Order: sequence, then C-alpha cells, then structure tokens
Amino acid sequence: MFKKGYLIPLLAFLPVLLLSGCNKMVVFDPKGPAARDILGLINWSLVFMLIVVVVVFGLFGYIVWKYRATSKNKDYVPPEEHGSTKLEIIWTAIPILIVIALTIPTVNTIYKLEKVPAGYEDKKPITINVTSADWKWIFSYPEQGIETVNYVNIPAGTPVKFKLTSAGTMQSFWVPALGGQKYTMNKMETQLYLTADNPGEFLGRNTNFNGKGYADMEFTVEAKSSKDFEKWVKEVKANAPKLTEKKYNELLKPTHLGRETFTGTHLAWVDHGKMNSKTYTNPELYKVHGVQGKIFKDEENNTEMNDSNGGEHNGN
Amino acid sequence: MGINWHDFFIVGNPLILGSQIAIVLTMVGIVAGITYLKKWKWLWREWLTTVDHKRIGIMYILSGVLMFFRGGVDGLLMKAQTSRPEMKFLDAQHYNEIFTTHGVIMILFAAMPLLIGLMNVVVPLQIGARDVAFPQLNALSFWLFFSGAMLFNISFVVGGSPDAGWTAYFPLAGKEFTPGIGNNYYAVALQIAGIGTLMTGINFIVTVLKMRTKGMTLMRMPMFTWTSFIASVIIVASFPIFTVALALMTFDRIFGTHFFTISGGGMDMMWANLFWLWGHPEVYIVVLPAFGMFSEVISTFSRKRLFGYNSMVFSIVGIAFLSMLVWVHHFFTMGAGPGVNSVFSITTMMIAIPTGVKMFNWLFTMRKGRIELTTAMLWALAFIPCFVIGGVTGVMLAMGAADYQYHNTLFLVAHFHYVLIPGVVFAVFAGLYYWWPKMFGHMLNEKIGKIHFWFFTIGFNLTFMPMFFLGLDGAVRRSYTYSAESGYAPLFLLSTIGAVILAIGFGALCYNIYWSARYADRNISNDPWDARTLEWATASPVQFYNFAKLPEVKSIDAFWYMKKHNEGLTLKDEEVEEIHMPSNSGLPFYMGVIFGITGFLLVFEWKLAALVATVGILAGLIIRSFDYNDGFHVHKDEIKKTEKAWRSVNKGVNNHVS
Amino acid sequence: MSANVNTALPLEYQTEQNRMNILGFWIFLGAEIILFGTLFAVFSVLNARYAGGPTPKDLFEIKDVMVETILLLTSSFTCGLAIYEMRRGNRNGLLLWFIITLLLGAGFVFMEVTEFIHYVHEGATMQTSAFLSSFFVLLGTHGLHVSMGIGWATMVIIQIFKRGLTPVTARKTFIIGLYWHFLDVVWIFIFTFVYLARMVA
Repeated sequence: MFKKGYLIPLLAFLPVLLLSGCNKMVVFDPKGPAARDILGLINWSLVFMLIVVVVVFGLFGYIVWKYRATSKNKDYVPPEEHGSTKLEIIWTAIPILIVIALTIPTVNTIYKLEKVPAGYEDKKPITINVTSADWKWIFSYPEQGIETVNYVNIPAGTPVKFKLTSAGTMQSFWVPALGGQKYTMNKMETQLYLTADNPGEFLGRNTNFNGKGYADMEFTVEAKSSKDFEKWVKEVKANAPKLTEKKYNELLKPTHLGRETFTGTHLAWVDHGKMNSKTYTNPELYKVHGVQGKIFKDEENNTEMNDSNGGEHNGN
Repeated sequence: MGINWHDFFIVGNPLILGSQIAIVLTMVGIVAGITYLKKWKWLWREWLTTVDHKRIGIMYILSGVLMFFRGGVDGLLMKAQTSRPEMKFLDAQHYNEIFTTHGVIMILFAAMPLLIGLMNVVVPLQIGARDVAFPQLNALSFWLFFSGAMLFNISFVVGGSPDAGWTAYFPLAGKEFTPGIGNNYYAVALQIAGIGTLMTGINFIVTVLKMRTKGMTLMRMPMFTWTSFIASVIIVASFPIFTVALALMTFDRIFGTHFFTISGGGMDMMWANLFWLWGHPEVYIVVLPAFGMFSEVISTFSRKRLFGYNSMVFSIVGIAFLSMLVWVHHFFTMGAGPGVNSVFSITTMMIAIPTGVKMFNWLFTMRKGRIELTTAMLWALAFIPCFVIGGVTGVMLAMGAADYQYHNTLFLVAHFHYVLIPGVVFAVFAGLYYWWPKMFGHMLNEKIGKIHFWFFTIGFNLTFMPMFFLGLDGAVRRSYTYSAESGYAPLFLLSTIGAVILAIGFGALCYNIYWSARYADRNISNDPWDARTLEWATASPVQFYNFAKLPEVKSIDAFWYMKKHNEGLTLKDEEVEEIHMPSNSGLPFYMGVIFGITGFLLVFEWKLAALVATVGILAGLIIRSFDYNDGFHVHKDEIKKTEKAWRSVNKGVNNHVS
Repeated sequence: MSANVNTALPLEYQTEQNRMNILGFWIFLGAEIILFGTLFAVFSVLNARYAGGPTPKDLFEIKDVMVETILLLTSSFTCGLAIYEMRRGNRNGLLLWFIITLLLGAGFVFMEVTEFIHYVHEGATMQTSAFLSSFFVLLGTHGLHVSMGIGWATMVIIQIFKRGLTPVTARKTFIIGLYWHFLDVVWIFIFTFVYLARMVA
C-alpha cells in the first residue's frame, strides 16, 4: 500500500504540472493592463504559496515517515516535550513576513485598478454604461448615442470607463481576459476601468447568481481598432432602429435575448444607477413551480414591464 | 384559503416523485418497525425525552449523518448535471434549488450537528462534569435544531425549495424576484435551528466556566474543550446577527417591509453585510472544534502531549477575534472602495498567521513521537496537506485585487471545499472513529475504516482539485451548465468521477457503522487507544452519571498523568456517594414540534394560523416556568454495581491497537 | 449540585445551579446586546430612506415619547426597589414593588401601541418605506421584549405567592430584574438615537 509520505508530495506537485500544462487558462492569459496587473499579483502570491506548500508537505512527509510506528520501535517511548519558544517564534514570524510581502503589492494593485491604467493616461477614456437585467447585458454609449444588448464594441488601446448598474437583481460584470469583476446593483453605480491592448474578441459574463437564466448570461466584448470602431458607430447610427421606452420595457422582462442594436439610449428616461430611479420589477414573471406567496402592492404598482402598462409609455 | 394541491405537493418531476414515494415508504417502514418491535415506550423514555448530554450528542450525530447524506445526494446530482456540457439531466430551476439546499444543509444541518454532537458527548467528560450546565435547555437546543432541519428538508416535496443560493442574496431572495414560498423555508427553518444553536452556545460557555472538576484550570483543559468553548463564544457573538437578518428577511417576504428590497428605499447590500457578519464567524464555529479534535487525535496517536499548548490556545483566541473582522472579503467586488478592500485584505491574511502556528504545532507534536496509523489518525494526517491547500488558496483569495479574478468562480468553490472538507468533515470522521467506543462500547472496524478513508480522500481530491483550474479558466459557480466550446468538459468529468469515488467512501462509513453495530467486539476496555484525557477514565459506553467520583486533575492530559502516576484509577466502596441527576422531560420535544408547526404555517404565509400556533409555544414556556422538578438521586448501591461491572472486565480485554 | 448551599450569600446566589443560571442569563444578555446592536445598525443605515413617505418630523410627538420614557425609567427604579426588598427577605414588599413595576411596564406598552396605531392611521406603516420598516421592527422588538417580560414576571409572581421566597423564586426574580434593567437601557438608546436625534436633525 502507498504510504502517505509518498502520496502527498505527489499530490502537491500535481498543480504545478497542471499549471505548466495549461497556461492558456484565461486568468493566465491577460489581454489588457488590468488583467496583467492582477496576474502579476497572482504570480507573486503563487511563488510564496508554493514555498509554503513545499515546506509543509516536505516536513509532513519527513515526520510521518521517520516517526511512524513500526514493529522495530515498539519499545520507543516518546519524550515529554512542552514546546519550544524559539521554534514557535520562528513559525509566527515567517508567516508575518509572508503576509507583509503579499500585503504591499495587494494594496498597490487595489488602488491601481481604480484608475486609468498606466501607459494609457494620455488617452481620453470613453464611457459606457452597463445595465444588467434578467438575463441580459445592456450597453449604452452616452457619447455615441448607441445602445447594444449582449455585446459591446470598444476601441482597442483606449481605456473604457464602465459605469455599472442593474435594473433588478445583483449581478457581477466580468471580462476575465481584460480584468477583474465588479457587482452591478440597482440604484447604485459602480465603476470599472478596462482596456484592451489590441483588437480581439473576449468573453464576458455574469458571475453572481441571479435566478433561472443565470447560466446563459454571457456577452462578448469586441475590441476594434479606432478606425473600425468609428466605422461601426456610423453604421449603427445609419441603420439601427431607435430605442423606444416601450421596446426598453420589453427588454427588461426576464428573458434571454440574442444581440440587439439600437440608436439612442435608455438613459434618456431612466438611469438605474440613480438612488431615486424608478423600480422595474414584476414578480408575476418570476413564478416557478410550487406555492406562490403574497405579492405586495407597491411592487406591482411599480412595474412597468407588463404589456398593458408598457403601451402607455410608447415612443417618448 | 384555497390550496392548490398540485402546487402544494411538488409533482411532475420523476426525481422528486421518487423521493416522495421513498419518504412515505421509509416513514411507514419506521413506524411499522417500531410498533412491531414494541419500541415506542423505549424510544420515548430513553431518547425523545432524554436530557443526558451523551444521548443528545448521539442524536445530533445521527441527524448530522442523515443530513450529510441528503446534502451529499444534492452534491452528486449537481455533479451528474455538470458531468458533460449541455447536459439535460436537471433544468436550471432544479439545479438552483439543489445547490441552495446542498449549501444550507451541509453547513447548518450537517457540519453543525456533527460538531455540536461531538461537543455534547465529549466536553462534559473532558472537564470531569456529570452533564452540561442546563441539561433541559440542551435537549431543547437539539429539538429546535431538529425541527428546523426537518422543516427545511420537506421544502423540496411540499410547497417548493429555496432557490436563491445558501447565501440568499437580496434582492434575488426577496418577493420581487422569487415570489414562491421556497425562500420562506430558508428564513423560517434557519431561524428555528439558529435559536437552538444560540442556546447551545450559552450552555457550553457556562458549562466550561462553571463545571470543571477540581484542579481543571483553564490552561489544563484539553484542546477540544478549549476550541469548543471558543466556538461557543463565537456562536453567542454572531448568531444574534443572523437571527436579526433572518427576521428581517421574514418581514420582507411575508409582511412586505423594505429592508433589502429594491423598492421602498430598501438596501440589498445590507443583507450581504449582515449575512457575512454571521457567515464568516460561522466558518470558524465549525472549524475550531474540528481543530480541537485533530489536536486530541494527533496527540493521542503520536503518544506525545500537544506541542506548544499555550500558543495553540492563543492562536484559537486570535482566530476567533479576527473572524469577526473579515466579513467584507466575501464581497470585495461590491465596489466598497480601495481603502475598505485593503483593510479587509490585510485582516483576512492575518488569519493565516495563527493558523500557520497551529499547523506547525501539529507537525511538531508528531515529531519524535511514535505515530500509529489508526483510521482516526489517518484522517488527521490527511487533513494537514489538504488543509494547507485550502489555506494557501484562501490567502490568494484574501488578496483583494486578485479576488476580482477569482470571485464567484469555481476557484472559490474549490477553496472552501478544501477548507471545509478537510477542516470539518475529516475532523468529524476522525472524531467518530476515535470516540465511537466511548459512545457505543464498541469500535468501528479499522479495515473498513481504511477503505472509507482512501476512497473518501482520493475522491475528495479528484472532485475539487480540477475546480481550481476550471475557475482560473473562467468557469463560474452555480451555473447549471456550460457550453462544449468552453473546453471545460474533461475537468468537469474528472470532478464527477471524483465525486462518485467520494460517495463510495461515504457508503463505506455507513456500512462500517452497520457492520460494527452487529459484529464488533464488545469486550473492550474503557481506554482502547491508550489516550490522554478524562473521557477515557470512565466506562465505555459511558454510564449515565459519567463519573462515580469526580476526578481530580493535576496536569494537562489529566488521564495520562493518572495512568503514569497510578493515581485515582481505582474506586473504593466508601468513596461512593449519592449522585444528583436531572430528570427526563418531554417538554423540549413538545417545543420542537410546536415550533415546527408554527414555522410551517408561517412558511405558507397563513399568518393567523401561525399566530394561533404561537400560543402553543407560550404554553410550553409557561409550563416550563412552573416546572419545579429538581431531578433525582442515584443510590449508592446502583453506582457500586455499575462501577463494578466495567472495572472488573478491564483486565484482559482485547487490545485493538497494534 | 443542589446539595452545597452557601447561606452566606444572597438567596439567589446560594446554590451552584442558581449561580450558573445567573451567569447563563448574563451571557444571554450579551447575545441580546448584539441583537439590538444589529437592529440599531440596520436603523442607522435605513433611517434617511423615506421613499416619499413620512419623515420623523412629520410623525414623532415628543410628549408621548417622554411619557413612555418616564414610565419605563420609573419602572426600572421600582424594579430595583423590589430586588432590594427581596434581599431584605420582605416578601410583601417585593411583591408590591414588583407589581408596580409591571403596571408601569404595561402602561409603557399601552402608550407604545397607541403611538403605533396613531402612526398607522397617518398612513405610516412598516410597508411604507425602509425608514419605517426599520423603525417599527426596532421598536417592536423592544416592545415585544417588554411584553414578554410582563408575562414572564406574572408567572414568577404567582410562584412567589405559592411558594414564598426560596432560592429558586429569588433567582427567578433576580434574573427578571436583570432583564428589566437591560430593556430600560435599550430604551434609553432608542429614545436618544431614534427620537431625539431625528427630531433635532
């Protein structure tokens, strides 16, 4: 039978082997400065963690192997040992040093990620409002006057300031290739700077569970060269239908949608990030099997997603 | 009120229909079996009304194992659904319900009762007491826990399951987005169980502070008692927060208030804060007693006293203190601002320091020892490397900025399973193998135990190791499926295979319990492991009054000292005195039932009926107030007889340890 | 356990079981502090979220609240007198002050219920806004505690009538005393942070 002394170090090296094998994992393959900064931090921590793992596993294997009970050491009586102040100070001090070594770059990176990434300060960031709804992503370009659903085109090499909010449940906006995630919340606005170094297509998704349609709440980010981006904006302006309030209320229903494109943005009548913005809920649309509880009046009154209500708001 | 029976009993899904039939058959079987064996009186007198801490502990453990099975089935269903991309085994709604109940049941209805059960059995024995401070309250704690657990468990066949995750984040868990009554079960059942837990906390604090035997100073207490004590302190400090959070959730869902709603000025982020203000300490409530068990097991089977006892105690206190100051790390991504995130990154990483101290103390307890690889010890050994992986990934997650990439991915899921399974489940297994003879008077089979061990640990690593990599590749938690193009399929499949192996391991444990109950040798001594603490100084299984004469403690590892110096091991007839013990009571059981009924009515939002049922609760309280039963005295003759019975067989028993 | 009675101590501390009960109750009060602390925290987060509903200035009437405060503070004082009489072994004095305490408490609960009914008539219910939800739940929890205390104390009074002053009834009375003073302290916080602070601001 395998003795644990062998097995455990083997297990310990498994991650190392896997790490070197699949270095295409999205977190390890950054396409923008934010993701790169985070990866730097992750790699830095991995070094320390690997040292910890190797030391503890080594010590563990050695001790278990050396002091295991065998038929030969039957008469061995272990000594009475209370502890060792010296040793205990050592293994308190070393973790403290490791924690300090990890803390400094962590705090640095946390602050760094809140700003326009280094190297892109001279570029004027563009702003895109992200509104998450059940179960789709709505992107508004206030400067360009465009609204898209489930995909977002950005100019490569330009910092993008995403203003995040939600029309309903709490979600998390994540484009792993470009950077970390942040929550979207109704009546709250959070901000996230992301930048793509080069043109390319990246997958983004919601990571915060929000009901039945959660698994499919994905979107694509396409970074285009500035020229292509301008061209795309022009095309949309020329061809896409105008976003009406009625159409928007339709969008907010809990449904799955494909890609959609509009001219104009919903910011003209509602910004869900504002504390006093209107509440868009309709519990009736969220019924599942089982017994239904009481639905409270004010929640019904606030709803704007019913077809019957939606009609009153068309077109302005 | 019109009840739509089609909605009331969840029908239309073959899996659920199967469970409904299974539940009915099992219940009929149990009732018929008890009636056939004429065991109703025995059940009522010996178990349902008992206030004996050991029996209550055993009932906790049995319910814990049962709930572990239920939670495990949930886990297996999830693994089956994600074994291949675009799998059609479960739909999104069922998957959501299953991961919700999996989380809630594993943490609150499996880990908690298993640990509280072992605490119940062992702590009074370790401090040389005859029971806990408030035996009847202890029974009430159990029945409230049991009532909450049962209420929560019927949700999947009656009325609809909670489906907003075990964290029940608002606004999703509010009426605005989940109008079904499923999440009422969450709010109400957890509340009932939580009240029971809070009372357990108070009970054990008083027990440890007031009922230690002569000479058992705080710094001579066994490590398991220490950790249970500190866990109780955390319970008292954190469960009231959960009580409030759940009450507010109940108000929001059933009475239309606006605490966490998005309408009416409510604040959904407040739920996340309140939940984790309780939720993070909760992790330490389950992990600390587990650390205590490892300390006992490692020390016993290395034949050495615990290395650095004092620093172990300080590190527990340190962990307990820090556990209250880290809750924001569960939502670094909420945009609280870089200052807040930095502070909570630092406090979280600081937890690694006392934990590291404990790790090295365990390693150095084994050094120069003579390590016996019993099943209990194997669990303790496997814990160290597995938990180190959980710990280092925990530090990685604690680094706020890096967490932006790990958050809500399977990396996180893998991390907390690497903490909770080695840190809690391994400990419970170690504790069960170790203390089984104390509870039942026979050992668990070591051979089957080793099969259990190898299947479970290998299965565990296979299940959760791939998840780290899936997470780093962008796979998120709680997603019921994934696309074939994502490339996740092989690792997900590996994980499913691991889960099956793990389940076989658990099956081996169940078989072991059955096998040992039927065939294991009963002729064992009171101290089969040659152990060190006071619970081994008395009979196996322990007689109801625990100690004929309360032992006197002169050192750490009191029983070891007694054996080495041959002190206090024998009992002379003239030393025997009458012992005062508390009487049984049916009231705690009644309270459990009436709380369950009230809770059920509240879940279905039949407010008037629930109000009527609370009269039953008040009646129980009034009866208790007028209850002046002061217990009974055990006669000397009975004690002498009992003591003679186990003390005489001790010579020449079979020794089970090599 | 009940065997070792130390008669040098006050009645309620004489047996070990009593000492444990009292310690247990102190710890329970610790949990209660956290419970109310959480409710206060919730209130402080939500107290300005009126959602178009009434504000504290529209609702609160300082006079009624002052009467409630005086009733409860006085009851805390009479509760102290009751315990004092108990320590002197004066059963009738204890009962007298105890009953006065409960009557004052009942007066407080009556005033509070009237106050709530008044608010509801003005259209301020716990469903109106987050501010009112947290207001009603914080005060309701306190009011429920006071009401439970009255019911509980009534049981103990019956027991004192039936059994006289024994270590057990003395311990029960003493514990209710602790509970009553605690609720009084909570009310002082409510009065200051919920009423005064909102009306000044």
